[in-house]
Amino acid sequence: MSNLLSIVTFMPAIAAVILGVFLRGEDKAAQRNAKWVALIATTLTFLVSLFILAGFDPADTGMQFVEERDWLLGLQYKMGVDGISVLFVLLTTFIMPLTIWSSWEVKTRVKEYMMAFLLLETLMLGVFMALDLVLFYLFFEASLIPMFLIIGIWGGKNRIYASFKFFLYTFLGSVLMLVAMVAMFADAGTTDIPTLMAHEFSSSPVTVLGMTITGGMQTLLFVAFFASFAVKMPMWPVHTWLPDAHVQAPTAGSVILAAILLKMGGYGFLRFSLPMFPVGADVMSTFILAISAIAIVYTSLVALVQEDMKKLIAYSSVAHMGYVTMGIFSANQQGLDGAIFQMLSHGFISGALFLCVGVIYDRMHTREIDAYGGLVNRMPAYAMIFMFFTMANVGLPGTSGFIGEFLTLVGVFQVNTWIALIAASGVILSASYALFLYRRVVMGDLIKESLRSITDMKAREKWIFAPLVAMTLLLGVYPSLVMDIIGPSVGVLVDNHETALAAADRLGDTGATVAASH
Amino acid sequence: MLQADLNVILPEIVLAIYAMLALVGAVYTGKDKLTAPLTWATAAVFVLLGLWIAGRDVADLAFGGSFHADGFAKFAKVAVLFSAAAVLVMGQDYLARRKVTNFEYPVLVALSVLGMMVMVSAGDLIVLYMGLELMSLALYVVASMRRDSIKSTESGLKYFVLGSLSSGMLLYGASLVYGFSGTTLFSGIIQAAEDGRAPLGLLFGVVFMIAGMSFKVSAVPFHMWTPDVYEGAPTPITAFFATAPKVAAMALFARVTHSAFGGIVADWQQIIALIAVLSMFLGSIAAIGQTNIKRLMAYSSITHMGFALMGLAAGTAFGVQAMLIYMAIYVVMNIGVFAFILTMERDGQPVTDIAALKMYSTAYPGRALALLILMFSLAGVPPLVGFFGKFYVLRAAYDAGLIWLAVLGVVASVIGAFYYLRIVYFMYFGEAEEPLDKPKGAILWGFLMASAAIMLLGVVNLFGIEGMAQAASLALVN
Repeated sequence: MSNLLSIVTFMPAIAAVILGVFLRGEDKAAQRNAKWVALIATTLTFLVSLFILAGFDPADTGMQFVEERDWLLGLQYKMGVDGISVLFVLLTTFIMPLTIWSSWEVKTRVKEYMMAFLLLETLMLGVFMALDLVLFYLFFEASLIPMFLIIGIWGGKNRIYASFKFFLYTFLGSVLMLVAMVAMFADAGTTDIPTLMAHEFSSSPVTVLGMTITGGMQTLLFVAFFASFAVKMPMWPVHTWLPDAHVQAPTAGSVILAAILLKMGGYGFLRFSLPMFPVGADVMSTFILAISAIAIVYTSLVALVQEDMKKLIAYSSVAHMGYVTMGIFSANQQGLDGAIFQMLSHGFISGALFLCVGVIYDRMHTREIDAYGGLVNRMPAYAMIFMFFTMANVGLPGTSGFIGEFLTLVGVFQVNTWIALIAASGVILSASYALFLYRRVVMGDLIKESLRSITDMKAREKWIFAPLVAMTLLLGVYPSLVMDIIGPSVGVLVDNHETALAAADRLGDTGATVAASH
Repeated sequence: MLQADLNVILPEIVLAIYAMLALVGAVYTGKDKLTAPLTWATAAVFVLLGLWIAGRDVADLAFGGSFHADGFAKFAKVAVLFSAAAVLVMGQDYLARRKVTNFEYPVLVALSVLGMMVMVSAGDLIVLYMGLELMSLALYVVASMRRDSIKSTESGLKYFVLGSLSSGMLLYGASLVYGFSGTTLFSGIIQAAEDGRAPLGLLFGVVFMIAGMSFKVSAVPFHMWTPDVYEGAPTPITAFFATAPKVAAMALFARVTHSAFGGIVADWQQIIALIAVLSMFLGSIAAIGQTNIKRLMAYSSITHMGFALMGLAAGTAFGVQAMLIYMAIYVVMNIGVFAFILTMERDGQPVTDIAALKMYSTAYPGRALALLILMFSLAGVPPLVGFFGKFYVLRAAYDAGLIWLAVLGVVASVIGAFYYLRIVYFMYFGEAEEPLDKPKGAILWGFLMASAAIMLLGVVNLFGIEGMAQAASLALVN
């Protein structure tokens, strides 16, 4: 199985093509067939992807399962995984069948819906596996197309505004990255990611428009990549597309967006920004730590006053991504481990929270918090599951949410105590908005007339949550499961980073910023 | 000696004789009854000539250096011939149903293609002008082909007046170049400016010539005619304007800048870079407000010419290669989009309002999907082939040190993405409206689907066009 990665990547796409070519009509039978094909395809993809995990050797810090073929213009079709990316691949294949299953009630254009999700899965997997700069960009950007359609076609009332904002915002972010990629290609003569990681980009200061840029080309390239990944993450203050996109997207779209698409930004930081431009990352790190801390506090406060459940969870996502960027740019073992762990755990938890919203949205067709209250009386099972994920979102010890937050805070504490202090207050804030939401929706007496006849979760809905609950608990009590896989690769990343900084004579120098001279 | 020279231009001679025979033959026999067979015959001649030229191996130069038959000319001619053949075949049914059955149409197209073939081979200012004018005069007439339509006549007249003005500028520039270098041969001109210090008069000439050629590729600020002519001309003729002449004019641009002024790259580079930036931005911004899909495509083509010029502005062999790849991709996308526009009808009447596409995807999902692919490709979103065109020109611009140009280019492409998305929005997100007529014509369906499939499958290796474009560019720049 020398091309295992390609098989996993393109299996969903092949299923999408089969759907597109062979399935005709919009009747009940066709809809059912589309759903089953999609579910079977994504489940099979997950099962096959387990072979990747089984064959993965954590002790080997290089790329594994590598496939390589020549492409055009000296580019390559090169795929591979290492300790950093392999779990994102599994997260994707794990989440996808659940989202497909959660979309069982979709009524309009079911075939196209399933095709869009299947294509999206291929593109997301490609992002995490690509080992060629342009191939990465290809997958990264192409994922905008299905997501644009998912929001635009199956979204809510204001879907058109949201889909355009989503597309143009992220497109603008990533074209600058494209220019940076062209620059890297020209400078290093290759687009091979492992080679580029070893390539040393110039860090001697350059002057642009009268400004002297510390860190030179590295800083410029870093900023260009940052523009893309920061929008994708999303980081404050370029997060504004996310609440709109989340609110308007259909439930399954929100789940994918929160659980996987956002992780592409964090993965990009880990794969490109940190290893390839160590000096640039160091120059910018204080700035990024600062805006991460602002993001945590600010978006948590914003979440407190939301009237729309999905918007609230969307802002909470931005806050949690703040921990991730903070962990990444503290650039030490705990910080990076914590960031990756936080991303994986957030994938399960936020995905589950959006599914929770979806469950009651399917029944009442509103996301207004005020429209609910006292659900516990009619929906005990739902109240239970929602409680669990609310607690996980807060970061209760014993759930996976705790490990990620704690480790990133430990990581950043070693670099900058003040940032750690501010960020830690986010833990309290997240508890307040999450519990506030829970109280208003689930607790209390059932007084709303419209809720009298609401029914509890069906078996299908319960089963969708089961794997998510299991993963959240498992990672919460036994984090080594993840740490053993990511640890060695992260260790190498940290070592290389420190070596590069030492070579550039920047160790211990933390307060540097982009300075304007003259 | 003469025989060898004539052998080099044999394809041009064949096409000229064909055009004249077709004209005379049709006049003396069936006249307009012969339009349909003549159209097919002309397309067949184009394809055969294209295949012949692609496989031919002749001397690079003829007539003392005033005619180049090098790899670059070969690439441009094949692209011109194939795209012209495609457009002729596509439009045939549309024109017949609109009673635009003048038999002159295929003949004029043949003549203008002959002009294009001559001008991309030009090695001399006189040959350049001959080819350019033959192309342009035929195009002016074709634009006003619907004599009973005010809009069509207007577009022909506008095109003619502005076109003559630009030809005048080009000619004026050519005369200055001749005056200061003492020769009309490109090989002589390049020697006059070889040490990188051209006389001021020569530079003046270069500027005027660039202005004239910018008009032909409809680059800003010489673009004003484009939306009006695109809108006014019958759609099949618009499709023709958007493809073959653009390729030929862009090839001529490269030919002149490199063969004649290759020694003073730094002098013209800044002009072309500026024109490229203006074209990209104006095309992207002005298209946002358009409701007519033909005008929208006009602005889209202005933007795309800006990107192609970005490759040219690099002033390197790789830049020319990038430009050629870009143009080839552009032509394929445009053929697909126009194959779609030709099917837009309501009650038998052509519709050009993009709002008419509302919920097109529910009525005709296959075609909607094809147009969606083409729109994303035009916007330059990977993994579609349109992205690779942009990637090549960006790389060329970056390598030439024009980083600002590359950055501005990608910003413009984001602005441009908006109006392509708007078409997707109408097709997929809008509210239902009275649907358009059932699209007619298996040929148009074939072109639309083939074009979309090329955009999708080209990601594998661009169908090998990279190597061909490279050979062509190395033949031009060395």
